[in-house]
Amino acid sequence: MTWVHQDKAAIVGIGYTPYYVRGQSYPQTINELAGIAILAACEDAGINVKQIDGFAYYSGAGAGYTDKFDTASLMETLGIPEVGFTAALTSGGGGMAGAAGLATAGLMNEDCTYAVTVMALQQYRSRLGTVFGQTAPSPENSFLQPSGLVGPGHLMSVLARRHMHLYGTRREAFAEVVISQRQNALNRPTAVRRTPLTLEEYFQSPMLADPLCRLDFCLETDGAVAFITTTSDRAKDLKQKPVYIHGSTHGGTRSWGRAFAWMGMPDPDFGSSGHKPVADRLWAQTGLRPSDMDVALLYDHFSAMVVMQLEDYGFCAKGEGGPFVESGAIRFQGGSIPVNPHGGQLSEAYIIGMTHVREAVEQLRGVAINQVKDAEFALVTGGPASLPVSGMVLRR
Amino acid sequence: MTYGPAVAIPGDHIRITTDPSTEPFWLAAKEHRLTACQCGDCGHFRMPPSPFCPECQSRHVKWPDLPGTGTVFSFAICNRSPFPDLPDFVYVPAVVDLDGAPGARLVTNLVGVNAEDVTIGMKVQVDWNPIQDEWVLPIFRKMD
Repeated sequence: MTWVHQDKAAIVGIGYTPYYVRGQSYPQTINELAGIAILAACEDAGINVKQIDGFAYYSGAGAGYTDKFDTASLMETLGIPEVGFTAALTSGGGGMAGAAGLATAGLMNEDCTYAVTVMALQQYRSRLGTVFGQTAPSPENSFLQPSGLVGPGHLMSVLARRHMHLYGTRREAFAEVVISQRQNALNRPTAVRRTPLTLEEYFQSPMLADPLCRLDFCLETDGAVAFITTTSDRAKDLKQKPVYIHGSTHGGTRSWGRAFAWMGMPDPDFGSSGHKPVADRLWAQTGLRPSDMDVALLYDHFSAMVVMQLEDYGFCAKGEGGPFVESGAIRFQGGSIPVNPHGGQLSEAYIIGMTHVREAVEQLRGVAINQVKDAEFALVTGGPASLPVSGMVLRR
Repeated sequence: MTYGPAVAIPGDHIRITTDPSTEPFWLAAKEHRLTACQCGDCGHFRMPPSPFCPECQSRHVKWPDLPGTGTVFSFAICNRSPFPDLPDFVYVPAVVDLDGAPGARLVTNLVGVNAEDVTIGMKVQVDWNPIQDEWVLPIFRKMD
């Protein structure tokens, strides 16, 4: 059934800092990075920051991995006088695309009029994946950490292996995800990795957690991205062409649950992205099909998970993600569904998914660097990660 | 690709913590008994141990002695040291389906096999790796 709030809210402003190689954003603080992105998003929308009265976070309002956003602190420093909505989706980056739905909830409930969603990432003190053994794991994590799966890429390599075993997926498929996105990054000034990549070079990349090599892992970058959401009525009077929130779903099933932090998923969930239930609801909510999408911004923290999302969103059948990408289907030039024409988190920058929202907005405004001609619908995803995972369809 | 023998992660670098739900598992491991958390009412297995049975919501639990064998469900091969003070070594983190406890898995390490020879579906037998604070970690060895 059609979502009652379809196209009733819109993204009207997007703001960002430069993207920095890990650690290079110092001595800016993480709240400084977030503030720069929020102010830039307001400028882009043509509103004053004092008009923001809603905060819709994801990742439990986490700022990167170790810091937390606090609405009162942001209000204090940015001079935001009053807030009527301040909420976060739980868990981690899986909720990224769902944050737009959360913002819509605040707007439609008339708790707020201009909601901001922000993420900032700064890794000058510690890197994700290097804290292994420095602190004792929780009782729950004591069933995971002693295995030496030291970071998310190591964890997801176990899922990738199962997918290869069940469906015959080849490393060439993961390579195609990496190489196609690198190709997309070549002409982007914002991209951290901008040198062409061959299949031969891919296979020379050192294995970090076989079957995944270093090039299958996303970048480690610093920066912040924010977007402003408001009602479609208000959006009409603002500076930019509105990008409508056509659908947004988050959540997932217990059979995915804590996912690679649990490893208890039955087949076929184990070798998946966990997105299928969220994808099914998104298509039901919008009445659209994968073939209606003009561009897909798929959360690419690890190349193999892009293959599995293509299956779970129905761009190809379950198990056929490998041959699908190897056919060239996700290429910006000549593909049937251009995936991550900004280079994604593998080649442009990684701000826990938010670079994908920026790209979707630019595509639907018609101003993207690698513009998909006449793009009308963009799919954006958050996760694969512990629940919630999320997806949204944006419309021009 | 050739990796060579998979080894156990040095136990003096591994720590765990417990809570009342999980401690019986670790106390059994200390005695080299492999167990898993089983519902005391409906018999459903769950791992890691948790307060409620997800099938019937019972809080009664049993800790049966398992055969100690299992099947490799999936795995990774790592050849870098996760510890700054140790040189690189080859280890195989694996997800193992436990015999005698349908639905229960352990995330563990495989030893006694060249890493490149590990396969999904391989039969394995529990072994024991002493770790910090006098706890003992179950790991798995390829069965002959």
